[in-house]
Amino acid sequence: MHDNILKYKSARYFYITLAVLFACVVIYASQGGRQPANGGTWQGYTLGVWGAVLIVWLTALGLRKRSYRSRLGTLEGWVSAHVYLGTSLLIVATLHCAVQFGYNVHTLAYVLMCLVVLSGFGGVYVYMRYPSLGARNRANSSREELFAELHALNDDIRQRAANCGGAVQDVIESAIDRTNIGGGALAQLLALDCSQLMLREGRNRTSAVSSTVSNKDQLAVVDFIAKRIPRGSKKDDAANLQELLTRLCRRQTLLRKIRKDIQLQGWMQVWLYVHIPLTVALLFTLAVHIMSVFFYW
Amino acid sequence: MENRFHIVIVGSGPAGLSAAARAAYYDRHLRKRDPSRSFSHLLLESFDKPAKTIQRYQKGKHVMAEPGFLSLRSDLEFKAGSREAVLQRWETRIQKAQINIRYNAEVVKITGKKGDFTISLRSGDLVKASNVILAIGLEGNPRKLNVPGDDCPAVQYTLDDPFAFSNEQIVVVGAGDSAIENALGLAKQNTVSILNRRDEFSRAKEKNLTAILAANNDPSKTLTCYYNTSVKEITKSSTNAGMYTITLNTAEGEQQMECHRIVARLGGIPPRGFVESIGVEFPNDKPDAIPELTSQYESNVPGLYIIGSLAGYPLIKQAMNQGYDVVEYILGHDIKPADHPLLALQFKLLPYVKAVDDLVELFQQRIPMFREMNALQFRELVIESDVLVSYEEGVLLDDAKKEAEKLEQRLAEQNPRPKTSKIIKAGDYIYRDGDFTNSFFTIVEGSVDIEPADQLIKRTTYSRGQFFGEASLLSGRPREGNAIAGKNCIIVETPRRTMVKLMNSNDEVKKGIDLIFIVRALQKHVAPKIPVAKLSAFAANARLNTFRAGSVIFSQDERGDSLHIIRSGSVSLSRNAQNEDIIVAQQQSGRIIGEMALMGDPVRRETATAAVLTETIELSRKDFMRLVRADTSRIGSLQRNASARAINLTTMESRPEVGSVMQYLMDEGLGEATNALIIDEGLCIGCDNCEKACAETHGGISRLNRASGSSFAQLHVPISCRHCEQPHCMKDCPPNSIHRAATGEVFIDENCIGCGNCETNCPYGVIKLAYDAPPKPGFWSWLFFGKGDGPGEQRGYIPDKNAKKKGKKAVKCDACMDIPAGPACVTSCPTGAAARLSPDQFIDLVEKR
Repeated sequence: MHDNILKYKSARYFYITLAVLFACVVIYASQGGRQPANGGTWQGYTLGVWGAVLIVWLTALGLRKRSYRSRLGTLEGWVSAHVYLGTSLLIVATLHCAVQFGYNVHTLAYVLMCLVVLSGFGGVYVYMRYPSLGARNRANSSREELFAELHALNDDIRQRAANCGGAVQDVIESAIDRTNIGGGALAQLLALDCSQLMLREGRNRTSAVSSTVSNKDQLAVVDFIAKRIPRGSKKDDAANLQELLTRLCRRQTLLRKIRKDIQLQGWMQVWLYVHIPLTVALLFTLAVHIMSVFFYW
Repeated sequence: MENRFHIVIVGSGPAGLSAAARAAYYDRHLRKRDPSRSFSHLLLESFDKPAKTIQRYQKGKHVMAEPGFLSLRSDLEFKAGSREAVLQRWETRIQKAQINIRYNAEVVKITGKKGDFTISLRSGDLVKASNVILAIGLEGNPRKLNVPGDDCPAVQYTLDDPFAFSNEQIVVVGAGDSAIENALGLAKQNTVSILNRRDEFSRAKEKNLTAILAANNDPSKTLTCYYNTSVKEITKSSTNAGMYTITLNTAEGEQQMECHRIVARLGGIPPRGFVESIGVEFPNDKPDAIPELTSQYESNVPGLYIIGSLAGYPLIKQAMNQGYDVVEYILGHDIKPADHPLLALQFKLLPYVKAVDDLVELFQQRIPMFREMNALQFRELVIESDVLVSYEEGVLLDDAKKEAEKLEQRLAEQNPRPKTSKIIKAGDYIYRDGDFTNSFFTIVEGSVDIEPADQLIKRTTYSRGQFFGEASLLSGRPREGNAIAGKNCIIVETPRRTMVKLMNSNDEVKKGIDLIFIVRALQKHVAPKIPVAKLSAFAANARLNTFRAGSVIFSQDERGDSLHIIRSGSVSLSRNAQNEDIIVAQQQSGRIIGEMALMGDPVRRETATAAVLTETIELSRKDFMRLVRADTSRIGSLQRNASARAINLTTMESRPEVGSVMQYLMDEGLGEATNALIIDEGLCIGCDNCEKACAETHGGISRLNRASGSSFAQLHVPISCRHCEQPHCMKDCPPNSIHRAATGEVFIDENCIGCGNCETNCPYGVIKLAYDAPPKPGFWSWLFFGKGDGPGEQRGYIPDKNAKKKGKKAVKCDACMDIPAGPACVTSCPTGAAARLSPDQFIDLVEKR
């Protein structure tokens, strides 16, 4: 019940992988004599075939993930095995080539494989860590609920701003309108905040000309309202502004939460955009590597 | 005019008219030969028109012809149609068939005996008769509300024309057909509330049931159904002149409602005084008792026959068939009742050479509990049940199987396909331990072995006349133990729906089943070795309690004098520490609570609260002590459980955070779940592969919405079916197309009519109505050529013509019962975040937090 991919069935695939690696090392160590260890000995071929089989099987996870009626175990089991056996590939491939590198397609395949595995490590890290971070950040709400809360808060703030005079109302309107959530891939991943605000110019912010200033993390708007509180001319002004400020700060926290949620979700997805294309490239180079090896024969 | 008749029929409702028409048929034939012959029959009607009850139906009322599987046998025509059409056909027929009817002839007294009855009319006239058929119905004597204020002018017991009232707030009380029809009629131009004492409309005809629930579901209709609601009192409104305040007892406590009018349609009470004055005996003193009749409708007064709703049968078609049959019987013709062919098929493969009627009688005589039923009701029960017959392996079994196959082929094209007897092998399982079936079994012949799952309880054998399977029927829990068919046994398996209807309408049967349930619960939990007869005395003392969700069963720090065995539902135990309630345990149906106070310290250490609607059996300290003294075999395990519980609960108390997680699960309604999807948010990467898997394995429509639903302590309960112990969705399914598989999955079959009742009844919003999804490009063309949206439900798909024609159908999770690997949402989760859990696993789940 609810075991993570590394602990799946008491880390069954970790031990299986260890056993397989042990076998590989034994095969590797049996090389020697007339020919030094390399990919061309029967041991080298055996390790190479095993590595190629592993790569093809690891790629097949994409198929298994979408075979919803599959009777071949649970997807979690597959993922667990994918992680451990995928990691073992680093060792299997290194033993296969016996640390012989050069500027050729064979080494390219090796490098690509390493990149795929490393990007996979990134994936394991985000899968192990980010879901809890996300859950803690959302604190029992779904993203939809966070947005609903934001919209309700926006409406509330707009209504309250209407009691605080035109200048405040304009600033609040522009701050809400120009609040920026998400954006491009980079903005999502880095939780960049390009929110802006329209401020009237002049000493008392009363000029007809307005300019756009950054409202990153809603600091500008919070600052604007906070500064006005002690300068209220009417009795209710300060109280109204205080109420407004409370809500703006709540909104600030909410926006941080939403950005963080988008950021975490983004990282949980983006690594696949590296992992999968690299895998495809690896498959191609692997095919070329295998074919070219036959020419040497 | 000669005032002596062979047959006098009192009452010209469907039953009386049909009887008169049959008698008139024979009269016509006799007069053809001898035109001077006078009538041998007379139909007496107190009103100036025939069929007073139907005349009083509301205008334009659609009269139904239930039950569908029964064919009509009468000289009168009858098919479903408007009240006016039905009456017009009958009135024409009365003329044509030369029925000798006397209107405005109210009968005040009947005396005499077979061959010489004297019938006194209100006018003072006397009529002599050799045989009397009483077909007076019940409508003349409506059941009253019997609450303070029910005599105020706002309360009425009939409704002639619903269009006489408009723009009023009207409360209709009752759950029968007339209440539903009145409510629907009134709702067109009034705001109507209909109060149902129970939680479903089990007495109503199918079409009415569909209509009332559809109206309740339809937001544009001004009609609301209130379930589990009864009237407490009626007073003049203090705020609105001319209106009344009606106080209701509801599931959530007392509630008040303002209204202009209250229409109470609670059925009729037999005009017992009159009937008894003729000498007819009733089996008991209850106001709605039905006189005892032979299968030919003859009462204990020879020559006096009773048919129609007074005989316990309120349906028009059945009453008309009875009218026909009773005249045939009086004339000495040996005919079979109209439902005869249905029963003949069900009895076909039994090892008896006996007539169907004798078999029905034999069945009823063999089962003590069913003896209380009217013969006709029993016939209906058998028709709705399955008859199982076991044969020992050998020639007999092979022959029976061959015969069954032949029968199967013969009936294959009939729709609805009639039931036939089911052949099983001696030694076969009737049900297995853990099966989720909930039908009820009665043994007519032979014996059945119950092999208990619990080692302490002996293997029991039930024999002729006994019943079993009541535990699952009442609690909704899976079967306990295996039921194994003995040699040559005959078993009647009655579906839950029929049993619930029967228990609601027949207290004797309800009491009988309740008593045995308690006996067997005591046997299981407290005293396995005491004989049943002795336990029955204890069972009679034990109290059956019902607790609404949230109500307290017992409170912490009070002195406890009893224990409760949970019969259905779920109970939370909580402790108050530092003014904070901490949930320390959750108990399902079938468990005991409160026994700690009877062993050692009498002070309750916990407060027990019903998490959902819960029934318990309460056993007093005195009885408990007497039981454990008489049978010490259970005391050891009771004590061991109590100690284990003491440790467990105290540990839980010291970990309030664990309790709060349990509280969350209970608040989510998982107390009544059997199999719920719970997602660990600490593992969920939000890939929605679970939803995609659901859509891909269920015709392109996902029954799961992962992101929906609530979360607590990194646990997320998405909106997805929990396969409740007593599924709310199964109530009021008109085509009866929601079933529970033996393995527990609740699923909807192909017969769904898309009425939306289940969608309304499900408190968890897990059922939706959807058109079939159109086919989409395959996986490879998506992968390589980017065709379509890929796996999962296509957002905003447009249904094709066929799907539109078929209409929307209810779709819900079936826990992938047809996929060997298990639920696709779980097996397709890449990170192990999705798990389907039963309540037994909740404690492990929350303790890990």
